[in-house]
This record gives sequence, structure tokens and C-alpha cells, in this order.
Amino acid sequence: MSSRTAAQTQALVQKSLRRRYWAERRFRAYGLAAVLFGILFVFFLIGTIVARGYPAFRQAYLTLDIHYDAAVIDPEGTRSPDTVAGANYNTLVRNSLRQLFPDVQERADVRQLSQLVSNSAAHQLQARVREHPELIGRHEKRRFLAGADVDQLLKGSIDRAAPQESRVLNDRQIAWADALRERADLKLEFNTGLLLNGDSREPEQAGVGGAVLGSVFTLLVTLLLSFPIGVAAAVYLEEFARRNRWTDVIEVNINNLAAVPSIVFGLLGLAVFLNFFGLPRSAPLVGGLVLTLLTLPTIIIASRAALKGVPPSIREAALGIGASRLQMVAHHVLPLAMPGMLTGTIIGMARALGETAPLLMIGMVAFIVDRPQGITDPATVLPVQIYLWADSPERAFIERTSAAIMVLLVFLIVMNGLAVILRRRFERRW
Amino acid sequence: MTSAPPHVPSLSLPVPEGLKTVGRVTADDPLICARNVNVYYGDKHAIREVSIDIARNQVLAMIGPSGCGKSTFLRCINRMNDTIEGARVTGAIVLDGRDIHERKQDVVQLRARVGMVFQKPNPFPKTIYENVAYGPRIHGLAADRGELDEIVHTSLQRAGLWEEVKDRLGNPGTSLSGGQQQRLCIARTIAVNPEVILMDEPCSALDPIATARIEDLIDELSASYAIVIVTHSMQQAARVSQRTAYFHLGDLIEVGETDRIFTNPRHKLTEDYITGRFG
Repeated sequence: MSSRTAAQTQALVQKSLRRRYWAERRFRAYGLAAVLFGILFVFFLIGTIVARGYPAFRQAYLTLDIHYDAAVIDPEGTRSPDTVAGANYNTLVRNSLRQLFPDVQERADVRQLSQLVSNSAAHQLQARVREHPELIGRHEKRRFLAGADVDQLLKGSIDRAAPQESRVLNDRQIAWADALRERADLKLEFNTGLLLNGDSREPEQAGVGGAVLGSVFTLLVTLLLSFPIGVAAAVYLEEFARRNRWTDVIEVNINNLAAVPSIVFGLLGLAVFLNFFGLPRSAPLVGGLVLTLLTLPTIIIASRAALKGVPPSIREAALGIGASRLQMVAHHVLPLAMPGMLTGTIIGMARALGETAPLLMIGMVAFIVDRPQGITDPATVLPVQIYLWADSPERAFIERTSAAIMVLLVFLIVMNGLAVILRRRFERRW
Repeated sequence: MTSAPPHVPSLSLPVPEGLKTVGRVTADDPLICARNVNVYYGDKHAIREVSIDIARNQVLAMIGPSGCGKSTFLRCINRMNDTIEGARVTGAIVLDGRDIHERKQDVVQLRARVGMVFQKPNPFPKTIYENVAYGPRIHGLAADRGELDEIVHTSLQRAGLWEEVKDRLGNPGTSLSGGQQQRLCIARTIAVNPEVILMDEPCSALDPIATARIEDLIDELSASYAIVIVTHSMQQAARVSQRTAYFHLGDLIEVGETDRIFTNPRHKLTEDYITGRFG
């Protein structure tokens, strides 16, 4: 070694230097490639979803001149609510359409014509007349949902060149729709129903409103249970419990629980909450309880890591001037650990938001039309709604599936944004 | 701000037989008497059979090479070792005639009487005011805001920090310089009005000027408090203390008047250490 001259040493260093820089450049290229690859995939994913889903935010509406014909609604003139409610409102819609196309006479043709309008039109009219019986005998212009197939036609999803037999709409129906469109009675407008309505078998009436509410209620239950329980458990284990075999066992089990497949939690929820405690089926309450079990390990692990990250000098400082253990934790350690705990909670909640499998087990996969009013009403959640729609064969459900995914992503982004704001507020400078 | 209630007689405990420590371990006016103190960290015997008195209104310096147990002994005095998993303390540490390990002794109360300043300045990540006010607040020492302001004021003044921070009490304590932070920690400690202040190498993270200020402060504070300081600097021990204790590998080797220890050490190990042969 000592026999080497300074110049020789320098030459050797120079040589190794080149190798080291090359290794570093290569490593950085790998990293950059990985990041770009990831971004590419995310863009591809979001791109396809948006491209497929955005048409669902517009919906074909048909404006019709409705004659509230007394002969149809209340032929005997009793005006009793029962008669009015029991009338055949489809006839009103059909009559209105036949006025527009007087040449349609055949029964089968009339049925084809009325397929241009969603069957929700009759319900709408029924509700309208119930509320305003004085309308009977008068005329009124009303806007109705167009049928799902007409909606698809307007969005260009139906191939007009295809042979009639392989289309959901035949040539005459397309001609009618075109005529209506020319008169500006039939047009695409923003689809409020998608965001507000509950689920439906008819795609044009189906919306994610019920699922969003279900998700909100479920996550609310999850958050209210898992955050306090998780933080309290983490604080106890980290700050108060002595290290012994029991705490080791608990620690190992918490880590194991975090890795348990979520469907197992669903089965547990089914066995315990539904069968043993008899809680209502399909309810956000039970969904929230199951998701609490699912998110607790994540929150506890993240919270413990956050507590471990608080410098021991702060603990010593507090104890040194005579703070009790609890005061030390509550006044000094918790505020410093809070950002980390919130991050863990948000990760847990994000996972809970996207969880489907355990909720299938407790009946949140049921077809539910009504929007839930509380945590004990039957409900479904966004990912389950996506699963249900993805299963439906109608064309209109394909775009709605993607639209529901978009709503779910927005939900997620809002939640994460909220977490960032909260964390900023809690973060303290050292 | 006198340190102890006058009616409590200060009684010195007899020195155990067969004590190997050289020099006089007792003090004339002891506030704390430690006898046969042993500390174990798991299987490790960290300090052995330490017996020493801590006098009122005096500075006791504890010196010795790294890992000799001086900090460990310091942390026994306010039972900070309780917080370390697997630490076990035996022997008696008697404060005002009562063993601090007694079942009836509340550890929170003990730490209010025996304050501690740490090696690295560790202000809370709160405002300067809150740092000082925290102790009095949790102990309920101030009846109202005015009284609390007064305590904060006098504490900062006694710590020699008031003039520098009086216009920015709302700033975070962590925004101060290292020396100021350490004085803030001292202010925080004396705000609780303790009887003893333990200092664990309070100047090791500070520059010489900040160190000089802290040393002056220790001198002033020794008029009102019993102070125990652990230090790596023999010059510092010589400058600030009246008594010095030399620890070596868990044993208390020698105790005596500071002047005497540094000019005329009796034990071979003490001599080797202060003449710089090891350490």
C-alpha cells in the first residue's frame, strides 16, 4: 500500500470514480423509468375511465305536451285519491306521443313509439296529479327522461348502419327520435339524476346518489369508531403498557390482522353482527362496524409509528417538570403524533371506501332503490354499486359504471384533500 | 423563594460501614441523603453502592469518564429511571426524611420538587410563554392569569432570559438559539419552584459564550436551590461547584470540596482522571 505513489492512488480513485458515477446514473434512470411507468399507467387508467364515463353525465330528455285527460284519469269524476292514483298514466304519455306522430295506429307500433320515453314518465305524472289534482283536464309541457336506448342513440353509441335486427332500436324508432330531435323536444342535458337517484333496473333512471349516501354513512360509522379506538389502543400500547409477553402477542396479532383478507372480516361481521347481535342486514351501521375491524390494524400500526417518532426528549421534558403520564401524552406527545395518526387514518379510510368483498357478505350488495335516510336503512356503497352495474348487460350501464368510478375517485380525492388540510393544521414546527 | 420548609429538621443518615468511597460523603446541611444506591439495567449493574449527601444551597458536580454512572445516579434522584424499561433501583434516597421510593411518595410530586435540565435543550414545540407557564399550570400554582404572567416573568428573569425574549413571548420556544433554549428550559424548571435542580451536562450542546452564561446562572441559582450538575468538563466543575463527586465504572470513588479534589485528590483514579490520563 505504502509503495504506491500519490499519482497511482489518484489514478485508481479516478477509475473507481467513473464506475461509481455510472452506477449512480443507472440507478437514477431506473427510478425515473419506474416513476414514468407509474404515471403512464395512472393516465391510461384515468383516461379510459373518463373517456367511457363522461357521456353518462349527460342524459337525453324528451319534452312532451301532456293532456291531463279527465277521461283517462278519472272517468267518473269522483276525484277520489284512490281513483286518481290508480289511473293508467302510461296512456297519457302514449296519447301525447301519438299526437306528434298521428300516422302511428297499430298497437305494436304504439308500443314501439312509447319506448322512446322512460317508464318513469308515468310515475312522474302520477305524482304530479296527486299533488295538483286541479291539473286534470288541462294541458302542460313536461320534461321526461328519454328511454335508455334513445339516450344511447343520441350519444352515438348505436350504429345506424348496422342491420335493423342487431340494433336495439329499429328504423322507425330512429326516425321518430330524429324527428323529435329536430323539433328540439329531444335533447341531451346535464344528468342530475346520475348524482341524486338511487339504483334502478332502468339504466336511464339509475344513479349513484343512494350509493354515495351509503358510502358516507358507512364511512362515518367507520371513522367515528376506528379513529378513537385505534388511537386509544396505540397510545396505550406505546405509552402505558409494559413490554411483556402479552403485549408481544397483541402486537403480532395486530400485524397479522392487517394482512387478513377482507372477506374474512365480512364473514365475521355476518356471523357476529347479523346472526348473533341481530343487527339489520344491508345497513351502513353493520358495514361501518365491519370496516372498523378492517381499518383498526392499519390505524393502530400507523399511530404507533407516529408515537414512536415523537422524540423522547419531549417526553423527558414533560415528565421532568412533573407532568403525569397522561398529561405528558395528552399535552405533548399526541399533538406531535397527530399528523402521522391522521395519515394512517386516511389510508385506512381510503381502503375502507374502496372495500367491496366484506360488504357483500353482510348484504350491502342487495338491489336498493331508495336512498338511505340513516345508518340503519338498507343501503349499498359506491364500490358495490360499481360491481353491480359492471354486471349489467345494458349498454347504458357501461358508461354509468365508469361514471360511478369517477364519482368514487372524486370522493377519494376530496377525502385525501381534507386529510392534507387537517394535517397542515396540526403540524407544528420544532 | 427559600428552598425548604424551615420546620422540617434536616437529618443526615449514618454512613454505611465498609464504604469504599474516599472523602467525606456527608454534608452539613443535607437535603437529600442517598445510601447504598444500586441501579440495574436488566442484567447490567450500572451503579454500585453509592452513598452521598446533597446539601442545600450548594452545587454538587459529578464528574467521571463516559459510562461511569453519573447520569444514571442523577436520574435516580427524581426517579426518571422509572421511565426506562427494565431499570431497577435499590437502596435509599431520602429527601426531607422520606425515602423517594416509598409507596406513599407520589412521583409527580417528587418531580415538582426535584426539577431537571437535560443535556440537549428540549423546549416544548410551543410558545416561549407556554413553555414556562406549562409547569405552574399543571400543578395549579397560579390562581389567575395575572399570577401566571408574574411567574413567567420572574422565572425568565431569574434564568437571565427576560430581556431577550420579553417582546416575543408568543414566538415558538424552538425559534431561540441553543443557549437561549437551555436557559428557557431552566426557566421552565424553576417556574415550578423546585427545591433541587438536576442538570445533566447542560452545556454540552452549547458554545463557550452560552456556556459561560449558564455557568453564571448556576452560580446565582445556587443561592436558592440545591443543584446537582453532571459535567464532562473539569473546568466547569471547578468553576461552578462547591463539592465534587468522582464516579468510575459505576462506583463513587471520591467526594470532597471541589478545591480539595482538584488540588489534592486522594484516590489514584481521581488523580489519573483530573490530570487527564484517561477520560
